[in-house]
Amino acid sequence: MTKAQSNRPLSPHLAIYRWQITNTLSILHRITGFGLTLGLIPLALWLYGAAYEPALFATASAIFASSIGKLALFAWTLAFYYHLANGLRHINWDMGKGFDLSEVTDSGHIVVVFALAMSILTWIIVLGKLGATHA
Amino acid sequence: MHNSESSLRSNTKRVRGLGSSHDGTGHWWLQRLTAGAMIPLSVWFTVQLVTHLIGADATAISAWLKNPLVAMALLIFVVSMFTHARLGVQVIIEDYVHCETKKIALLLFTNATVLVAGLACVFAIVRLHFIGA
Repeated sequence: MTKAQSNRPLSPHLAIYRWQITNTLSILHRITGFGLTLGLIPLALWLYGAAYEPALFATASAIFASSIGKLALFAWTLAFYYHLANGLRHINWDMGKGFDLSEVTDSGHIVVVFALAMSILTWIIVLGKLGATHA
Repeated sequence: MHNSESSLRSNTKRVRGLGSSHDGTGHWWLQRLTAGAMIPLSVWFTVQLVTHLIGADATAISAWLKNPLVAMALLIFVVSMFTHARLGVQVIIEDYVHCETKKIALLLFTNATVLVAGLACVFAIVRLHFIGA
């Protein structure tokens, strides 16, 4: 309804812009944030099951331990490290720092490398531990 | 200034206090506050998951939560996380859902889900700490 009444200028449509690292990482922050939010449901079921419902806890544990569960947990690990590092990048911007074009690109690359490296490192440790308990 | 057709200026009187969320500063600040709390707490929780909690049974989780500092840290983490998630999803809905009815319905659904799941975590942590699995 406001659109019909207002004749004020609009920004150019999103589609005219070239896709680059800055806007890719920006939308990824939102996507990972939403994905992490979805992960709160299994976390809640797992904790609630541990306290109140042994059957629910057993189901949740079995799903986490399955291949699909591990894949989902790896995706959440990646989303977590990304959202953490990019969140710090945002807080730095909130303080008015790091806005030069080269700085924005560099910090973006650092965030991606950090997220990938930390996720792989974390899962090397996790799979090592799981291998040790099964052996 | 006078709402001329192409002016970028808004009529302050008409607009004041009526941004999309009706309380932008509080939202912005709470999002940062919960983010700040989660910087150390999320790293701590990840380390705890990897070192103590992967493959743990309910008894082991409750033993881990027996320490009041651990229980309090997890409570602060969970409350910050659910608050942060609610604020973030709210902005996503407000940005992409333009039908007022659907928007309000989705916001109510988000709030209800976050409230129930968050309370489930809080109840579980409190019970596992005081009573056990």
